[in-house]
Amino acid sequence: MEEDKREDATEVIDTCLLAGRLMIEGGSEMYRVEDTVKRIAYNSGQKNSAAFTTLTGVMMSIKGQPVTQFGSVNHRGIDMEKVDRVNTLSRRYGNKELTLSQLKDELDKLDKNLPTYPMWMQLLGAFLVSATMMIIFTQQYDWFDIPLAGVTGTIGYLVAFYVTRTTSIRFISDFLGSFILGALAILGVRLGLGHNLNSILIGAVMPLVPGVAITNALRDLLAGHLLSGLERALEAGMSACAISVGIAVLFRYF
Amino acid sequence: MDYFVKFLIQVVLSYIGTAGFGLIINIPKRALNLAGWSGTIGWLTYWVLFEAGTGRMFANLIAGISVGICGIIFAHIKRMPVILFNIPGLVPLVPGATAYQAVSSLVLGNFDKAIALIVKVSMVAGAIATGFMIAQIIGEWYYKTQLKL
Repeated sequence: MEEDKREDATEVIDTCLLAGRLMIEGGSEMYRVEDTVKRIAYNSGQKNSAAFTTLTGVMMSIKGQPVTQFGSVNHRGIDMEKVDRVNTLSRRYGNKELTLSQLKDELDKLDKNLPTYPMWMQLLGAFLVSATMMIIFTQQYDWFDIPLAGVTGTIGYLVAFYVTRTTSIRFISDFLGSFILGALAILGVRLGLGHNLNSILIGAVMPLVPGVAITNALRDLLAGHLLSGLERALEAGMSACAISVGIAVLFRYF
Repeated sequence: MDYFVKFLIQVVLSYIGTAGFGLIINIPKRALNLAGWSGTIGWLTYWVLFEAGTGRMFANLIAGISVGICGIIFAHIKRMPVILFNIPGLVPLVPGATAYQAVSSLVLGNFDKAIALIVKVSMVAGAIATGFMIAQIIGEWYYKTQLKL
């Protein structure tokens, strides 16, 4: 009987760590991660659990049980589908529509293949973001520059997307993406396809810049999650540096 | 340009831009439309206030509150996490362009301008984040009073 209960606790912690890791990978707020993890444990009958979540790892223990486990988070990004799916699964588990092992299977499945938009739609998204945000941010109604900003932004996003797949260092993809989009924007302006290089660049880097990450970092800080707030701020700052260096190198020599 | 025409342009552009960003960050299809609207509402709040001359911080604060409240309402309608509507809603507001300008002037050696811009970035981000906090407090307070009634 004693042996039985410990087995259960290990499985609960495994499932909780998996759910927590998926949510952090999707870019969820830390309080929601902790809330979900604790709720899964609570619904499994473990009323007294403690979770410690940071951007790079999740730790979890259950009071009175001699088990504590740690799961590391290696890949981070913003992926709302992940957050939504984990949330839905946790809710269904709370409503007793799933058993613990079913929940774990579903989470595993989610980890392996997550539905995403087809590539052309993501590229269309990057185009729309670059084109519209150029005007929103600069507040100059410069319609002539829209195509160049959109196209360079799309190419920068595409480069960053594929470089991320080949290397584990995220800043290299930001650097290369912004370097290539900057080179194309400068070339385009020289060829007469655009007027204002500065506003074109501001629009084109928008799919890459971590503006949302900066705001999220401050939100985590204000909510009292000091550690993950600082981690997020640092990551966003380094990413912003990588992007700007990519473009500044071009400015320095051209 | 006429004020009304400008207003319409801002509506269209912020909606398209926010929905486009939604495609990049993989927002579920059924949330895409409302996510776009939350971006529009946040941006219009900022734009109208800024044009009226309230200053950047106050406009960002109120825009943050309105995006936060939109997020709470939309999340309630769609039964999805609030963050799905908050993150895209932020996109027109976030100081991404200023952050880029700040670091690029740092790299190019304009240190005074860079420091001024970095302070501006953190203040704008802080104003938006504070706005979110206030929206969350309003939401909690609203649900509490609803439960009592």
